[in-house]
Amino acid sequence: MTNPTSKRARFLWLLKMARRDGKASGKKLFLFVSSIILGIAAVVSIQSFGVSLKENIGLQSKALMGTDYKIGTNETPRERLLEIVDSLGGAAAREISFPSMVVFPDDKGSRLIQVRGIEKGFPFYGKIETEPQSAAEGYYTENKVLLDATVMLQMQLKPGDSISLGDLKVPIGGALKAIPGSTAFFSAVAPTLVIPYELIEATGLVQFGSRVSYDYYFLADDEMDLVKLRSDLRPVLNNENAFIQTHISGSEQLGRRYDNFGKFLNLVAFIALLLGCVGIASAIHIYIKEKLRSVAILKCLGASKRQTFLIYLIQVAVIGLLAGIAGTIIGLLVQQLFPIFLADLLPVDVQLIISLNVVFNGIVLGLLMSVLFALYPLMSTLYVSPLETLRISETLPQQSKLAGLVVLSLIFAFIFLFSYSLLDSTRYALFFILGLIVTFSVLAGMAQLFMKAVKTFFPAGWGFASRQSLLNLFRPQNQTLILILAIGVGTFLISTLYFTKDVLLAQATLENSSETPNIILLDVQSEQQQAVAATISNNDLKVLENMPIVTMRLHAINDKTVNEMRRDSVLKVDRWILNHEFRVSYRNALTDAETIQQGEWQTQLAEGQPIPISISDNLVRDAGLKVGDDVYFNVQGVIMHTRVSSVRLVDWSRMQMNFMILFPEGVLENAPQFRVITTQTPDETASAKLQQQLVQQFPNITIIDIRQVLTVLEDLLSKITWLINFMAFFSILTGFIVLIGAVKNSKYRRIRESVLLRTLGAKSRQILKITVLEYLYLGALGSLTGILLSLGGSQLIAWLVFDTPFVPSLVPFLILLPGITLLVVLVGLSNSISVIKSPPLEVLRSESR
Amino acid sequence: MPRLQNSGKFSKMTKILNISQLKKSYDSGSKKITVLEDITFSVEKGMTFSIVGPSGSGKTTLLGLCAGLDKPDSGTVTLCGVDLSSLNEDGRAVLRNRNVGFVFQDFQLLPTLTALENVIVPLELQGVKNANQVGMELLEKVGLANRHHHYPTQLSGGEQQRVAVARAFSNNPALLFADEPTGNLDSATGEKIIELLFQLNKDRGTTLVIVTHDMELAAKTQSILRLKSGKIVSTEAGATV
Repeated sequence: MTNPTSKRARFLWLLKMARRDGKASGKKLFLFVSSIILGIAAVVSIQSFGVSLKENIGLQSKALMGTDYKIGTNETPRERLLEIVDSLGGAAAREISFPSMVVFPDDKGSRLIQVRGIEKGFPFYGKIETEPQSAAEGYYTENKVLLDATVMLQMQLKPGDSISLGDLKVPIGGALKAIPGSTAFFSAVAPTLVIPYELIEATGLVQFGSRVSYDYYFLADDEMDLVKLRSDLRPVLNNENAFIQTHISGSEQLGRRYDNFGKFLNLVAFIALLLGCVGIASAIHIYIKEKLRSVAILKCLGASKRQTFLIYLIQVAVIGLLAGIAGTIIGLLVQQLFPIFLADLLPVDVQLIISLNVVFNGIVLGLLMSVLFALYPLMSTLYVSPLETLRISETLPQQSKLAGLVVLSLIFAFIFLFSYSLLDSTRYALFFILGLIVTFSVLAGMAQLFMKAVKTFFPAGWGFASRQSLLNLFRPQNQTLILILAIGVGTFLISTLYFTKDVLLAQATLENSSETPNIILLDVQSEQQQAVAATISNNDLKVLENMPIVTMRLHAINDKTVNEMRRDSVLKVDRWILNHEFRVSYRNALTDAETIQQGEWQTQLAEGQPIPISISDNLVRDAGLKVGDDVYFNVQGVIMHTRVSSVRLVDWSRMQMNFMILFPEGVLENAPQFRVITTQTPDETASAKLQQQLVQQFPNITIIDIRQVLTVLEDLLSKITWLINFMAFFSILTGFIVLIGAVKNSKYRRIRESVLLRTLGAKSRQILKITVLEYLYLGALGSLTGILLSLGGSQLIAWLVFDTPFVPSLVPFLILLPGITLLVVLVGLSNSISVIKSPPLEVLRSESR
Repeated sequence: MPRLQNSGKFSKMTKILNISQLKKSYDSGSKKITVLEDITFSVEKGMTFSIVGPSGSGKTTLLGLCAGLDKPDSGTVTLCGVDLSSLNEDGRAVLRNRNVGFVFQDFQLLPTLTALENVIVPLELQGVKNANQVGMELLEKVGLANRHHHYPTQLSGGEQQRVAVARAFSNNPALLFADEPTGNLDSATGEKIIELLFQLNKDRGTTLVIVTHDMELAAKTQSILRLKSGKIVSTEAGATV
């Protein structure tokens, strides 16, 4: 009696059969496996780098902040705040910071900078990096400043040169490369100047209306519970319009900012992975078709349905596992590039770590996705009859539709779970899936439409080669659809990046009209406005706007005072409103950035009636206000009774001064105020000249050159775009691997066809032409479909989200479209060269081996 | 040489294959085509039996039904004492693995396995431990021991068919089905294959059922079933043992 076969022995046989069969098919499957490898590499590189960054931010949190915790306020510290500071043992160091203009020597002009007046001792962790390094230690005692290194380079300044800051002329001690509390990103907009705390007064820059921040830095004992300290002090400090930040909360906040960007990049990488999986499904479909006969033979010899299914499932699983490992390793290597290319955007020096979690996820992802996407084609082995040994069938057996639905549901469930884990939101995960479905459907639909159009309007009058190449697109078992998807998705991603960048920049682009300001002058004192206006006129420029700014705080809303609201635990008003110093203006006309959403724009004052004010839509949301509410403001000690008469929709993205609260004229003219004046300069030279004159005469005025801000924005967008392009590139590469694999899989059929044509008398040129044209259509259609889909989407975003027209970049049309088409043609041609050179039978013999 | 343990009833049983009122038809577009109608016959254990008929007579369909590769519309197939309709597909697979061998017209070797690996598949399915040894012995018998490591694409047609014959006998089947075993071979090679089949039949007592259109081959078997248009035309005696 034969021993009953043990489970282990049966399983070992399955492994053996999977290995034996897989050995011969390795090359075929490897190509498609490469497509998931790239996707996994992209995902792992982003995730791994994100983990390293967060870890480093956490480890270096003290060095990032320079201290254990700090208390800060944006207004002159009140007595109570100073008492709180004293009760904590007094600050180890203080800082006073504000934006201002610095004037360079030798008529080199001026520049907006962030002044940081720091007391000796700070930073307590990390260090100030300067060139020369000795400047960091010496600047304080030598009464010198440290100026941003990039600005020094741009202005060709060196240590020892003097700069003018307000009323103070002071020598530069060294070039400032890094200091805790400043990042390269923000320094691009307003570079940092570090000055000894004691010299701030001498500059004369801290005046009424100046936007000054006061920070108190503290060192904590090892036993101090900073989390508890923060939660205890926050309500107390809120009352004094101050805040507390610990090195822990600071680094968490920073981590969250980079988190969001990382999530976005992960999604881009995930799309590359999904594309690879589409390739896997296609490859396994073709692979299994070729294995049908073997499955039938095995069943004939006595293998069960389960056994034959498992043999190929094991193959797919092993390959998926190997792909996961390979992809993870490549991802970990690729992440080495990020710190190099993103140095300017990162807050810390990133020491890369290998997270076991990320490694595990990468490997499991490879395994899971290979099996999931191969499942449906694999299931056809269950339905193969052993009778196929007697008959040869070219088509896959009929499968259960229910099984297909189940597999599809599993796939969508997985995609949802993965995107949920990235986005941490059900809504966004569902939107992502919807976006994917729409993208793939539109691409597939356009491909089908094209094929239908070709069939309907078939150019019967064309030459043989041209007609044959078109016919090849919809031959039985063609791969037109899969190739268009593969090429289309990658092109779509990259084009979207270019178009979206254009939309974002269009948002910030200035309209080219003489009424659009590109220079904004802040902190102009009332008594200076005429002289400032005169300076502007002397430069043959117009004063476009001269807006008064009055500062005030909220006193009460309806019958509740601010103090009562502070004590109210179920308050609907956002806390920041209760502590905020509003900068309010007054006028009798709306600007073109404003439209009335609710109520009426009122400018008439009635004796004994509350003053009608207009508030912005975001204030309505945050303060829970509505038209008709009574709002009381404390204007420099005077309580004003106002009533909300209208709500304005404000376009905050416009580069101009907008206000949350507007008073009518005739109320605040006598209140202490300062001015904001705008003008337009025709070019950079005129701008530099005006700025120099203004800063020399009025050192307290802050000048914002919008042209310069846009340049910084564009530079920043370019850096971010580079990274996104890099991720999208994985998609393109994946698309190509799918393409190469699909071409190789149809190789034998094409060769037979080409050989037959040769036998019938076709010349090499004709065979080549057929191939070239076929791939030309595929490449052009795939990339054009992707670009057009992207163009449509970007136009919708511009209309619906930004309400701005946009002129699309030509790069996708001029570079991507021809470039990708050419590559597709070259890949296709690589298949056919052997046919051209050799006799037909020789080709057939070599291919059948 | 390991021998499958029969259940006991085989040794007593005289009829190893019993076909009763078999009917089979296929859908072709909108029409239903009857391929076999009212087929009844039986095969004695150890005999050689051929099914002959012109192209389209239903020979291959009948073979498929006899071997449990397909299900009839009506009628019964009793193979090695087991009514095939009482088994599901896996059950029929197991029955085939233990009792049946196959030789096909186009060899039907697994292209990704070597000659030896092809031969021992039925044994491995049973979990036989010394499958390799058995396989080598069989290959020796068919004269291909020195080609055991070659793949089917490296073997000629005749060599591939010899490997297929070795595989067919590897599980010591009670019954061997051969569908046009010499159809893709030249006459000299074909004769050698037939010689091999009959020799192994003689040595092991395996019942041999051959489907063929070659009357010379059919004449070598003990019993000939003639089919025409899906019906039995005659059953006649062939060569005497």
